[in-house]
Amino acid sequence: MSSGKGGELIPSSSELDLDRPNIEDYLPSGSSIHEPVGKLRLCNLLDISPTLTEAAGAIVDDSFTRCFKSNPPEPWNWNVYLFPLWWCGVVIRYLILFPVRVIVLTVGWIIFLSCFIPVHLLLKEHDKLQKNMERALVELICSFFVASWTGVINYHGPRPSMRPKQVFVANHTSTIDFIILEQMSSFAVIMQKHPGWVGLLQSTILESVGCIWFNRSEAKDRETVTKKLREHSQGVDNNPLLIFPEGTCVNNQYSVMFKKGAFELGCTICPIAIKYNKIFVDAFWNSRKQSFTMHLLQLMTSWAVVCDVWYLEPQNLRPDETPIEFAERVRDIISVRAGLKKVPWDGYLKYSRPSSKHRERKQQSFAESVLRRLEEK
Amino acid sequence: MGNTSSMLTQYDIEEVQQHCNNAFSQQEIVSLYERFCQLDRNGGGFVSGEEFLSVPEFAVNPLSQRLLRMLDGLNFKEFVAFLSAFSPRATVQQKIEFIFKVYDSDGNGKVIFNDMLDVLHDLTGQFISEQQREQVLTKVLEEAGYNKESLLVMSDFVKILGSSGLKMEVEVPVD
Repeated sequence: MSSGKGGELIPSSSELDLDRPNIEDYLPSGSSIHEPVGKLRLCNLLDISPTLTEAAGAIVDDSFTRCFKSNPPEPWNWNVYLFPLWWCGVVIRYLILFPVRVIVLTVGWIIFLSCFIPVHLLLKEHDKLQKNMERALVELICSFFVASWTGVINYHGPRPSMRPKQVFVANHTSTIDFIILEQMSSFAVIMQKHPGWVGLLQSTILESVGCIWFNRSEAKDRETVTKKLREHSQGVDNNPLLIFPEGTCVNNQYSVMFKKGAFELGCTICPIAIKYNKIFVDAFWNSRKQSFTMHLLQLMTSWAVVCDVWYLEPQNLRPDETPIEFAERVRDIISVRAGLKKVPWDGYLKYSRPSSKHRERKQQSFAESVLRRLEEK
Repeated sequence: MGNTSSMLTQYDIEEVQQHCNNAFSQQEIVSLYERFCQLDRNGGGFVSGEEFLSVPEFAVNPLSQRLLRMLDGLNFKEFVAFLSAFSPRATVQQKIEFIFKVYDSDGNGKVIFNDMLDVLHDLTGQFISEQQREQVLTKVLEEAGYNKESLLVMSDFVKILGSSGLKMEVEVPVD
Protein backbone atom coordinates (compact mmCIF):
# COMPACT_ATOMS: atom_id res chain seq x y z
CA MET A 1 0.00 0.00 0.00
CA SER A 2 2.97 2.32 0.22
CA SER A 3 3.39 4.47 -2.85
CA GLY A 4 6.76 4.59 -4.53
CA LYS A 5 7.12 8.18 -3.50
CA GLY A 6 10.71 7.85 -2.45
CA GLY A 7 9.56 5.47 0.26
CA GLU A 8 13.02 3.97 0.14
CA LEU A 9 15.76 5.19 2.37
CA ILE A 10 17.25 8.45 1.21
CA PRO A 11 20.59 9.29 2.78
CA SER A 12 19.81 12.25 4.96
CA SER A 13 21.58 15.19 3.44
CA SER A 14 23.01 17.93 5.55
CA GLU A 15 20.38 20.18 4.01
CA LEU A 16 17.70 18.48 6.03
CA ASP A 17 19.66 19.29 9.17
CA LEU A 18 19.96 22.98 8.43
CA ASP A 19 16.20 23.27 8.41
CA ARG A 20 15.67 22.06 11.92
CA PRO A 21 15.70 24.09 15.10
CA ASN A 22 17.10 22.38 18.11
CA ILE A 23 15.12 19.19 18.63
CA GLU A 24 16.46 18.78 22.15
CA ASP A 25 14.36 21.79 23.15
CA TYR A 26 11.22 19.90 22.24
CA LEU A 27 11.82 16.35 23.37
CA PRO A 28 10.51 15.58 26.87
CA SER A 29 13.01 16.32 29.59
CA GLY A 30 14.88 13.30 30.79
CA SER A 31 15.18 12.27 27.22
CA SER A 32 18.94 12.30 27.42
CA ILE A 33 20.56 9.49 29.28
CA HIS A 34 20.50 10.32 32.97
CA GLU A 35 23.21 12.41 34.53
CA PRO A 36 23.98 10.51 37.70
CA VAL A 37 26.73 11.42 40.12
CA GLY A 38 29.21 9.54 42.21
CA LYS A 39 31.91 7.09 41.43
CA LEU A 40 31.42 4.90 38.39
CA ARG A 41 30.46 1.35 39.33
CA LEU A 42 29.59 -1.75 37.34
CA CYS A 43 25.88 -1.33 37.95
CA ASN A 44 26.03 2.12 36.36
CA LEU A 45 27.51 0.77 33.18
CA LEU A 46 25.26 -2.23 32.97
CA ASP A 47 22.07 -0.37 33.75
CA ILE A 48 20.73 0.52 30.32
CA SER A 49 17.18 0.95 31.55
CA PRO A 50 16.80 4.66 30.68
CA THR A 51 17.74 4.07 27.04
CA LEU A 52 15.54 0.99 26.86
CA THR A 53 12.63 2.88 28.36
CA GLU A 54 12.94 5.56 25.71
CA ALA A 55 12.98 2.95 22.97
CA ALA A 56 9.95 1.15 24.39
CA GLY A 57 8.17 4.48 24.79
CA ALA A 58 8.73 5.19 21.11
CA ILE A 59 7.44 1.74 20.15
CA VAL A 60 4.27 2.15 22.17
CA ASP A 61 3.45 5.68 21.05
CA ASP A 62 5.27 8.44 19.29
CA SER A 63 4.38 11.96 18.35
CA PHE A 64 5.48 11.65 14.73
CA THR A 65 3.16 8.79 13.74
CA ARG A 66 0.31 10.54 15.48
CA CYS A 67 0.58 13.38 12.98
CA PHE A 68 -0.32 11.13 10.10
CA LYS A 69 -3.09 9.10 11.63
CA SER A 70 -6.38 9.44 9.80
CA ASN A 71 -9.26 10.39 12.05
CA PRO A 72 -12.45 9.39 10.34
CA PRO A 73 -15.63 10.65 11.99
CA GLU A 74 -17.14 8.33 14.58
CA PRO A 75 -19.56 5.85 13.07
CA TRP A 76 -23.05 6.37 14.41
CA ASN A 77 -24.87 3.71 12.49
CA TRP A 78 -24.56 0.91 14.98
CA ASN A 79 -28.06 1.05 16.30
CA VAL A 80 -31.23 -0.51 14.84
CA TYR A 81 -32.95 2.85 15.00
CA LEU A 82 -30.09 4.88 13.57
CA PHE A 83 -29.04 2.36 10.95
CA PRO A 84 -31.94 2.99 8.53
CA LEU A 85 -31.33 6.70 8.90
CA TRP A 86 -27.71 6.22 8.09
CA TRP A 87 -28.62 3.99 5.20
CA CYS A 88 -30.89 6.71 3.78
CA GLY A 89 -27.96 9.04 4.14
CA VAL A 90 -25.74 6.71 2.13
CA VAL A 91 -28.33 6.44 -0.60
CA ILE A 92 -28.74 10.20 -0.78
CA ARG A 93 -25.01 10.78 -0.77
CA TYR A 94 -24.08 8.21 -3.36
CA LEU A 95 -27.09 8.18 -5.62
CA ILE A 96 -28.27 11.78 -5.50
CA LEU A 97 -25.55 14.10 -4.29
CA PHE A 98 -22.70 12.38 -6.04
CA PRO A 99 -24.19 12.41 -9.55
CA VAL A 100 -25.30 16.02 -9.10
CA ARG A 101 -21.84 16.97 -8.04
CA VAL A 102 -20.26 15.16 -10.94
CA ILE A 103 -22.57 17.04 -13.28
CA VAL A 104 -21.71 20.35 -11.62
CA LEU A 105 -18.03 19.60 -11.93
CA THR A 106 -18.34 18.54 -15.57
CA VAL A 107 -20.28 21.70 -16.42
CA GLY A 108 -17.62 23.70 -14.66
CA TRP A 109 -14.87 22.04 -16.65
CA ILE A 110 -16.67 22.60 -19.92
CA ILE A 111 -17.14 26.28 -19.20
CA PHE A 112 -13.59 26.58 -18.00
CA LEU A 113 -11.97 24.84 -20.91
CA SER A 114 -14.09 26.59 -23.51
CA CYS A 115 -12.91 29.91 -22.13
CA PHE A 116 -9.42 29.01 -21.12
CA ILE A 117 -8.20 27.41 -24.32
CA PRO A 118 -9.20 30.33 -26.56
CA VAL A 119 -7.81 32.85 -24.09
CA HIS A 120 -4.59 30.93 -23.82
CA LEU A 121 -4.12 30.58 -27.56
CA LEU A 122 -5.55 33.79 -28.94
CA LEU A 123 -4.55 36.43 -26.44
CA LYS A 124 -0.84 35.87 -26.63
CA GLU A 125 -0.15 39.50 -27.48
CA HIS A 126 -2.29 41.04 -24.78
CA ASP A 127 -0.20 39.77 -21.90
CA LYS A 128 -1.89 41.61 -19.09
CA LEU A 129 -5.39 40.87 -20.27
CA GLN A 130 -4.55 37.25 -20.81
CA LYS A 131 -3.11 36.94 -17.33
CA ASN A 132 -6.08 38.52 -15.66
CA MET A 133 -8.53 36.39 -17.57
CA GLU A 134 -6.64 33.20 -16.86
CA ARG A 135 -6.50 34.05 -13.18
CA ALA A 136 -10.21 34.70 -13.07
CA LEU A 137 -10.86 31.43 -14.86
CA VAL A 138 -8.71 29.44 -12.43
CA GLU A 139 -10.60 31.01 -9.56
CA LEU A 140 -13.78 29.96 -11.30
CA ILE A 141 -12.83 26.33 -11.73
CA CYS A 142 -11.72 26.21 -8.11
CA SER A 143 -15.13 27.47 -7.07
CA PHE A 144 -16.65 24.67 -9.11
CA PHE A 145 -14.43 22.16 -7.35
CA VAL A 146 -15.44 23.51 -3.98
CA ALA A 147 -19.09 23.35 -4.99
CA SER A 148 -18.61 19.75 -6.04
CA TRP A 149 -17.90 18.79 -2.46
CA THR A 150 -20.44 21.23 -1.11
CA GLY A 151 -17.70 23.16 0.52
CA VAL A 152 -18.83 25.40 3.31
CA ILE A 153 -15.92 27.67 3.96
CA ASN A 154 -15.84 30.42 6.52
CA TYR A 155 -13.25 33.00 5.71
CA HIS A 156 -12.13 35.12 8.62
CA GLY A 157 -9.89 38.08 8.63
CA PRO A 158 -9.13 40.73 6.05
CA ARG A 159 -8.86 39.49 2.50
CA PRO A 160 -5.23 39.53 1.37
CA SER A 161 -4.21 42.53 -0.69
CA MET A 162 -2.08 41.93 -3.73
CA ARG A 163 1.25 43.53 -2.97
CA PRO A 164 4.71 42.58 -4.08
CA LYS A 165 7.17 41.02 -1.62
CA GLN A 166 4.44 39.14 0.12
CA VAL A 167 4.42 35.41 0.74
CA PHE A 168 1.52 33.43 2.18
CA VAL A 169 2.06 30.38 4.35
CA ALA A 170 -0.51 27.90 5.58
CA ASN A 171 -0.75 24.57 7.36
CA HIS A 172 -1.25 21.62 5.04
CA THR A 173 -3.86 18.89 5.28
CA SER A 174 -4.61 17.97 1.71
CA THR A 175 -4.08 19.26 -1.80
CA ILE A 176 -7.56 20.75 -1.59
CA ASP A 177 -6.12 23.41 0.74
CA PHE A 178 -4.81 25.08 -2.36
CA ILE A 179 -8.16 24.89 -4.16
CA ILE A 180 -9.97 26.38 -1.20
CA LEU A 181 -7.59 29.31 -0.98
CA GLU A 182 -7.32 29.81 -4.73
CA GLN A 183 -11.05 30.24 -4.90
CA MET A 184 -10.85 33.46 -2.93
CA SER A 185 -7.79 35.08 -4.44
CA SER A 186 -5.28 34.04 -6.99
CA PHE A 187 -2.10 32.50 -5.63
CA ALA A 188 0.94 30.95 -7.16
CA VAL A 189 1.72 27.73 -5.40
CA ILE A 190 4.83 25.68 -4.93
CA MET A 191 3.93 22.04 -5.13
CA GLN A 192 5.36 18.58 -5.39
CA LYS A 193 5.03 17.40 -8.97
CA HIS A 194 2.48 14.62 -8.99
CA PRO A 195 2.09 11.85 -11.54
CA GLY A 196 -1.05 11.14 -13.51
CA TRP A 197 -3.86 13.50 -14.32
CA VAL A 198 -2.98 15.83 -11.47
CA GLY A 199 0.45 16.31 -13.02
CA LEU A 200 -1.19 17.15 -16.32
CA LEU A 201 -3.32 19.79 -14.65
CA GLN A 202 -0.28 21.14 -12.92
CA SER A 203 1.73 21.60 -16.07
CA THR A 204 -1.01 23.18 -18.13
CA ILE A 205 -3.48 25.19 -16.16
CA LEU A 206 -1.57 25.94 -13.02
CA GLU A 207 1.36 27.21 -15.05
CA SER A 208 -0.83 30.14 -15.92
CA VAL A 209 -1.03 31.31 -12.33
CA GLY A 210 2.70 31.00 -12.00
CA CYS A 211 3.20 27.81 -10.02
CA ILE A 212 6.57 26.38 -9.18
CA TRP A 213 7.33 22.65 -9.07
CA PHE A 214 9.77 20.75 -6.97
CA ASN A 215 10.76 17.17 -6.59
CA ARG A 216 11.24 15.98 -3.04
CA SER A 217 13.59 13.16 -3.88
CA GLU A 218 16.15 15.32 -5.67
CA ALA A 219 18.67 16.88 -3.35
CA LYS A 220 19.94 19.47 -5.84
CA ASP A 221 16.38 20.51 -6.49
CA ARG A 222 16.41 22.57 -3.32
CA GLU A 223 18.76 25.21 -4.71
CA THR A 224 16.93 25.59 -8.01
CA VAL A 225 13.63 25.94 -6.25
CA THR A 226 14.94 28.54 -3.80
CA LYS A 227 16.18 30.56 -6.73
CA LYS A 228 12.83 30.33 -8.49
CA LEU A 229 11.04 31.36 -5.30
CA ARG A 230 13.21 34.39 -4.91
CA GLU A 231 12.74 35.47 -8.50
CA HIS A 232 9.01 35.03 -8.30
CA SER A 233 8.60 36.95 -5.07
CA GLN A 234 10.52 39.90 -6.43
CA GLY A 235 8.41 40.11 -9.57
CA VAL A 236 5.79 42.82 -9.43
CA ASP A 237 3.16 41.32 -11.61
CA ASN A 238 3.26 37.77 -10.33
CA ASN A 239 0.61 36.23 -8.19
CA PRO A 240 1.60 36.15 -4.51
CA LEU A 241 3.24 32.92 -3.51
CA LEU A 242 1.42 30.42 -1.36
CA ILE A 243 3.74 28.05 0.44
CA PHE A 244 3.00 25.10 2.73
CA PRO A 245 6.14 25.05 4.85
CA GLU A 246 5.36 21.70 6.46
CA GLY A 247 6.28 20.09 3.16
CA THR A 248 3.77 17.28 3.53
CA CYS A 249 0.13 16.66 4.41
CA VAL A 250 -0.53 16.42 8.15
CA ASN A 251 -3.77 15.30 9.73
CA ASN A 252 -5.07 18.73 10.84
CA GLN A 253 -4.56 18.00 14.52
CA TYR A 254 -0.81 18.45 14.66
CA SER A 255 1.71 20.61 12.91
CA VAL A 256 5.20 19.49 11.99
CA MET A 257 8.21 21.76 11.73
CA PHE A 258 8.19 24.47 9.11
CA LYS A 259 10.94 24.52 6.54
CA LYS A 260 12.80 27.79 6.61
CA GLY A 261 12.88 28.28 2.81
CA ALA A 262 9.85 30.56 2.70
CA PHE A 263 11.15 32.63 5.58
CA GLU A 264 14.44 33.69 4.11
CA LEU A 265 13.09 35.35 0.98
CA GLY A 266 13.10 38.76 2.58
CA CYS A 267 9.33 39.14 2.21
CA THR A 268 6.47 39.78 4.55
CA ILE A 269 4.88 36.54 5.65
CA CYS A 270 1.10 36.40 5.81
CA PRO A 271 0.04 33.33 7.82
CA ILE A 272 -3.15 31.51 6.95
CA ALA A 273 -4.66 28.91 9.28
CA ILE A 274 -6.98 26.22 7.91
CA LYS A 275 -9.08 23.98 10.12
CA TYR A 276 -11.47 21.37 8.79
CA ASN A 277 -14.53 20.36 10.71
CA LYS A 278 -14.15 16.65 11.29
CA ILE A 279 -17.80 15.97 11.93
CA PHE A 280 -18.51 16.10 8.22
CA VAL A 281 -15.49 14.49 6.70
CA ASP A 282 -11.86 13.82 7.50
CA ALA A 283 -10.18 16.01 4.93
CA PHE A 284 -6.72 14.68 5.66
CA TRP A 285 -5.17 13.21 2.55
CA ASN A 286 -3.20 10.23 3.80
CA SER A 287 -1.04 9.84 0.73
CA ARG A 288 0.26 6.53 2.05
CA LYS A 289 -3.19 5.06 2.08
CA GLN A 290 -5.10 6.75 -0.73
CA SER A 291 -4.46 8.04 -4.18
CA PHE A 292 -5.59 11.58 -4.88
CA THR A 293 -8.45 10.33 -7.04
CA MET A 294 -9.79 8.16 -4.23
CA HIS A 295 -9.42 11.10 -1.87
CA LEU A 296 -11.46 13.34 -4.16
CA LEU A 297 -14.12 10.68 -4.57
CA GLN A 298 -14.33 10.32 -0.83
CA LEU A 299 -14.91 14.05 -0.53
CA MET A 300 -17.52 14.04 -3.24
CA THR A 301 -19.54 11.35 -1.50
CA SER A 302 -19.59 13.06 1.88
CA TRP A 303 -22.16 15.51 3.05
CA ALA A 304 -19.96 18.53 2.97
CA VAL A 305 -16.48 19.84 3.50
CA VAL A 306 -16.72 22.40 6.22
CA CYS A 307 -13.75 24.43 7.16
CA ASP A 308 -12.53 27.67 8.62
CA VAL A 309 -9.87 29.79 7.00
CA TRP A 310 -8.24 32.55 8.99
CA TYR A 311 -6.12 35.20 7.32
CA LEU A 312 -3.77 36.26 10.09
CA GLU A 313 -1.70 39.37 10.68
CA PRO A 314 1.32 39.70 8.39
CA GLN A 315 4.67 39.10 10.08
CA ASN A 316 8.16 40.29 9.34
CA LEU A 317 11.54 38.95 10.28
CA ARG A 318 12.60 40.65 13.50
CA PRO A 319 16.13 42.06 13.64
CA ASP A 320 17.28 39.58 16.28
CA GLU A 321 15.64 36.52 14.73
CA THR A 322 17.06 33.79 12.56
CA PRO A 323 14.86 32.48 9.74
CA ILE A 324 14.32 29.25 11.68
CA GLU A 325 13.11 31.14 14.73
CA PHE A 326 10.89 33.21 12.47
CA ALA A 327 9.45 30.03 10.96
CA GLU A 328 8.73 28.60 14.38
CA ARG A 329 7.11 31.82 15.51
CA VAL A 330 4.78 31.79 12.54
CA ARG A 331 4.07 28.10 13.10
CA ASP A 332 3.09 28.98 16.63
CA ILE A 333 0.68 31.66 15.42
CA ILE A 334 -0.96 29.30 12.94
CA SER A 335 -1.09 26.35 15.35
CA VAL A 336 -2.74 28.39 18.07
CA ARG A 337 -5.37 29.74 15.69
CA ALA A 338 -6.18 26.37 14.15
CA GLY A 339 -5.95 24.41 17.40
CA LEU A 340 -3.02 22.26 16.29
CA LYS A 341 -0.47 20.62 18.56
CA LYS A 342 3.12 21.23 17.59
CA VAL A 343 5.57 18.37 17.23
CA PRO A 344 9.32 18.71 16.77
CA TRP A 345 9.65 16.53 13.72
CA ASP A 346 10.51 17.32 10.14
CA GLY A 347 7.68 16.23 7.84
CA TYR A 348 10.17 14.73 5.42
CA LEU A 349 10.90 12.01 7.98
CA LYS A 350 7.96 10.32 6.31
CA TYR A 351 10.34 9.59 3.48
CA SER A 352 13.75 9.37 5.10
CA ARG A 353 15.50 8.53 8.37
CA PRO A 354 16.50 11.07 11.01
CA SER A 355 20.12 12.16 10.86
CA SER A 356 22.59 10.46 13.14
CA LYS A 357 23.25 13.81 14.82
CA HIS A 358 20.55 13.18 17.43
CA ARG A 359 21.87 9.79 18.39
CA GLU A 360 25.39 11.18 18.53
CA ARG A 361 24.35 13.89 20.91
CA LYS A 362 23.00 11.30 23.33
CA GLN A 363 26.10 9.18 22.94
CA GLN A 364 28.32 12.14 23.57
CA SER A 365 26.58 13.16 26.77
CA PHE A 366 26.71 9.62 28.13
CA ALA A 367 30.36 9.23 27.18
CA GLU A 368 31.24 12.46 28.95
CA SER A 369 29.45 11.45 32.12
CA VAL A 370 31.20 8.06 32.17
CA LEU A 371 34.62 9.64 31.82
CA ARG A 372 33.84 12.27 34.39
CA ARG A 373 32.66 9.77 36.97
CA LEU A 374 35.69 7.62 36.37
CA GLU A 375 37.81 10.35 37.90
CA GLU A 376 35.72 10.65 41.02
CA LYS A 377 36.71 8.78 44.14
CA MET B 1 -7.67 -0.96 7.87
CA GLY B 2 -10.83 0.21 9.50
CA ASN B 3 -11.85 -0.48 13.04
CA THR B 4 -9.01 -2.73 14.12
CA SER B 5 -10.15 -3.62 17.59
CA SER B 6 -13.07 -5.48 16.10
CA MET B 7 -10.56 -7.96 14.70
CA LEU B 8 -9.55 -9.06 18.18
CA THR B 9 -11.95 -11.36 19.95
CA GLN B 10 -12.25 -11.65 23.72
CA TYR B 11 -10.59 -15.04 23.43
CA ASP B 12 -7.62 -13.53 21.57
CA ILE B 13 -7.20 -10.86 24.21
CA GLU B 14 -7.22 -13.38 27.02
CA GLU B 15 -4.71 -15.56 25.22
CA VAL B 16 -2.35 -12.62 24.78
CA GLN B 17 -2.85 -11.60 28.37
CA GLN B 18 -1.93 -15.05 29.56
CA HIS B 19 1.12 -15.15 27.32
CA CYS B 20 2.49 -11.98 28.89
CA ASN B 21 1.63 -13.09 32.41
CA ASN B 22 -1.03 -10.45 32.92
CA ALA B 23 1.47 -7.65 32.48
CA PHE B 24 -1.15 -5.59 30.68
CA SER B 25 -4.83 -4.99 31.21
CA GLN B 26 -7.29 -5.94 28.49
CA GLN B 27 -7.74 -2.31 27.51
CA GLU B 28 -4.01 -1.87 27.18
CA ILE B 29 -3.83 -4.93 24.96
CA VAL B 30 -6.47 -3.46 22.67
CA SER B 31 -4.48 -0.22 22.47
CA LEU B 32 -1.31 -2.15 21.77
CA TYR B 33 -3.09 -4.00 18.99
CA GLU B 34 -4.13 -0.75 17.36
CA ARG B 35 -0.56 0.44 17.62
CA PHE B 36 0.75 -2.84 16.20
CA CYS B 37 -1.57 -2.53 13.21
CA GLN B 38 -0.54 1.08 12.74
CA LEU B 39 3.13 0.08 12.63
CA ASP B 40 2.51 -2.98 10.48
CA ARG B 41 1.79 -0.94 7.39
CA ASN B 42 1.89 -3.73 4.85
CA GLY B 43 -0.41 -5.90 6.94
CA GLY B 44 1.96 -8.86 7.06
CA GLY B 45 1.08 -9.80 10.64
CA PHE B 46 4.45 -8.71 11.97
CA VAL B 47 6.34 -5.44 12.12
CA SER B 48 9.57 -5.45 10.10
CA GLY B 49 12.76 -3.65 11.08
CA GLU B 50 12.11 -0.99 8.45
CA GLU B 51 8.69 -0.29 9.87
CA PHE B 52 10.11 0.15 13.37
CA LEU B 53 12.80 2.45 12.04
CA SER B 54 10.17 4.64 10.43
CA VAL B 55 9.38 5.87 13.93
CA PRO B 56 11.96 8.66 14.25
CA GLU B 57 12.01 8.53 18.06
CA PHE B 58 13.00 4.87 17.87
CA ALA B 59 15.50 5.35 15.05
CA VAL B 60 17.54 7.88 17.02
CA ASN B 61 17.86 5.56 20.04
CA PRO B 62 21.44 4.26 20.47
CA LEU B 63 20.23 0.71 21.17
CA SER B 64 17.79 0.53 18.26
CA GLN B 65 19.81 -1.99 16.27
CA ARG B 66 20.17 -4.37 19.21
CA LEU B 67 16.48 -4.13 19.96
CA LEU B 68 15.60 -4.67 16.32
CA ARG B 69 17.28 -8.04 16.46
CA MET B 70 14.89 -8.98 19.24
CA LEU B 71 11.85 -7.34 17.62
CA ASP B 72 12.14 -8.37 14.02
CA GLY B 73 9.42 -10.73 12.89
CA LEU B 74 7.47 -10.84 16.14
CA ASN B 75 3.75 -11.42 15.84
CA PHE B 76 1.36 -9.53 18.07
CA LYS B 77 1.42 -12.01 20.95
CA GLU B 78 5.22 -11.97 21.06
CA PHE B 79 5.23 -8.19 20.65
CA VAL B 80 3.16 -7.82 23.81
CA ALA B 81 5.38 -10.30 25.63
CA PHE B 82 8.41 -8.27 24.57
CA LEU B 83 6.90 -5.10 26.01
CA SER B 84 5.75 -6.78 29.21
CA ALA B 85 9.05 -6.00 30.91
CA PHE B 86 8.07 -2.32 30.70
CA SER B 87 4.73 -2.69 32.38
CA PRO B 88 4.36 -1.21 35.87
CA ARG B 89 3.15 -4.65 36.92
CA ALA B 90 6.40 -6.33 35.90
CA THR B 91 8.71 -7.43 38.70
CA VAL B 92 12.28 -6.24 39.07
CA GLN B 93 13.36 -9.77 38.22
CA GLN B 94 11.54 -9.59 34.88
CA LYS B 95 13.11 -6.25 34.08
CA ILE B 96 16.58 -7.54 34.83
CA GLU B 97 15.87 -10.60 32.68
CA PHE B 98 15.03 -8.28 29.80
CA ILE B 99 18.24 -6.31 30.23
CA PHE B 100 20.18 -9.57 30.36
CA LYS B 101 18.61 -10.65 27.07
CA VAL B 102 19.67 -7.38 25.44
CA TYR B 103 23.27 -8.08 26.42
CA ASP B 104 23.21 -11.80 25.68
CA SER B 105 23.03 -11.44 21.90
CA ASP B 106 23.73 -15.09 21.13
CA GLY B 107 21.18 -16.24 23.65
CA ASN B 108 23.36 -18.80 25.40
CA GLY B 109 22.60 -17.54 28.89
CA LYS B 110 26.07 -16.06 29.40
CA VAL B 111 27.24 -12.50 29.00
CA ILE B 112 30.91 -12.12 28.16
CA PHE B 113 33.24 -9.14 28.18
CA ASN B 114 32.69 -8.46 24.48
CA ASP B 115 28.92 -8.37 24.88
CA MET B 116 29.26 -5.64 27.48
CA LEU B 117 31.80 -3.85 25.35
CA ASP B 118 29.42 -3.87 22.37
CA VAL B 119 26.59 -2.32 24.35
CA LEU B 120 28.92 0.30 25.75
CA HIS B 121 30.01 1.04 22.20
CA ASP B 122 26.38 1.56 21.15
CA LEU B 123 25.85 3.95 24.04
CA THR B 124 28.99 6.02 23.62
CA GLY B 125 29.61 5.95 19.88
CA GLN B 126 32.79 7.55 18.72
CA PHE B 127 33.15 9.72 21.80
CA ILE B 128 35.29 7.20 23.68
CA SER B 129 38.08 5.26 22.02
CA GLU B 130 37.90 1.47 21.90
CA GLN B 131 40.91 1.28 24.16
CA GLN B 132 39.38 3.59 26.75
CA ARG B 133 36.18 1.60 26.73
CA GLU B 134 38.07 -1.60 27.48
CA GLN B 135 39.95 0.10 30.27
CA VAL B 136 36.85 1.51 31.89
CA LEU B 137 34.96 -1.75 31.66
CA THR B 138 37.87 -3.80 33.02
CA LYS B 139 38.32 -1.40 35.89
CA VAL B 140 34.70 -1.43 37.07
CA LEU B 141 34.49 -5.19 36.58
CA GLU B 142 37.47 -5.78 38.78
CA GLU B 143 36.16 -3.42 41.41
CA ALA B 144 32.99 -5.46 41.49
CA GLY B 145 34.89 -8.69 41.91
CA TYR B 146 34.90 -9.96 38.34
CA ASN B 147 37.49 -9.87 35.60
CA LYS B 148 37.81 -9.77 31.81
CA GLU B 149 37.32 -13.51 31.44
CA SER B 150 34.26 -13.72 33.68
CA LEU B 151 31.09 -15.19 32.30
CA LEU B 152 28.14 -13.38 33.81
CA VAL B 153 24.89 -15.23 34.17
CA MET B 154 21.41 -14.12 35.14
CA SER B 155 22.03 -14.36 38.88
CA ASP B 156 25.07 -12.10 38.56
CA PHE B 157 22.96 -9.48 36.87
CA VAL B 158 20.39 -9.75 39.63
CA LYS B 159 23.13 -9.23 42.18
CA ILE B 160 24.57 -6.22 40.35
CA LEU B 161 21.38 -4.48 39.32
CA GLY B 162 18.92 -5.71 41.91
CA SER B 163 19.58 -3.04 44.46
CA SER B 164 19.94 -0.04 42.19
CA GLY B 165 16.25 0.88 42.05
CA LEU B 166 15.58 0.03 38.42
CA LYS B 167 13.09 2.36 36.75
CA MET B 168 11.89 0.89 33.51
CA GLU B 169 8.26 1.65 32.82
CA VAL B 170 6.24 2.74 29.86
CA GLU B 171 2.65 3.87 29.84
CA VAL B 172 0.34 2.44 27.23
CA PRO B 173 -2.05 5.17 26.09
CA VAL B 174 -5.62 4.04 26.49
CA ASP B 175 -8.29 6.14 24.76
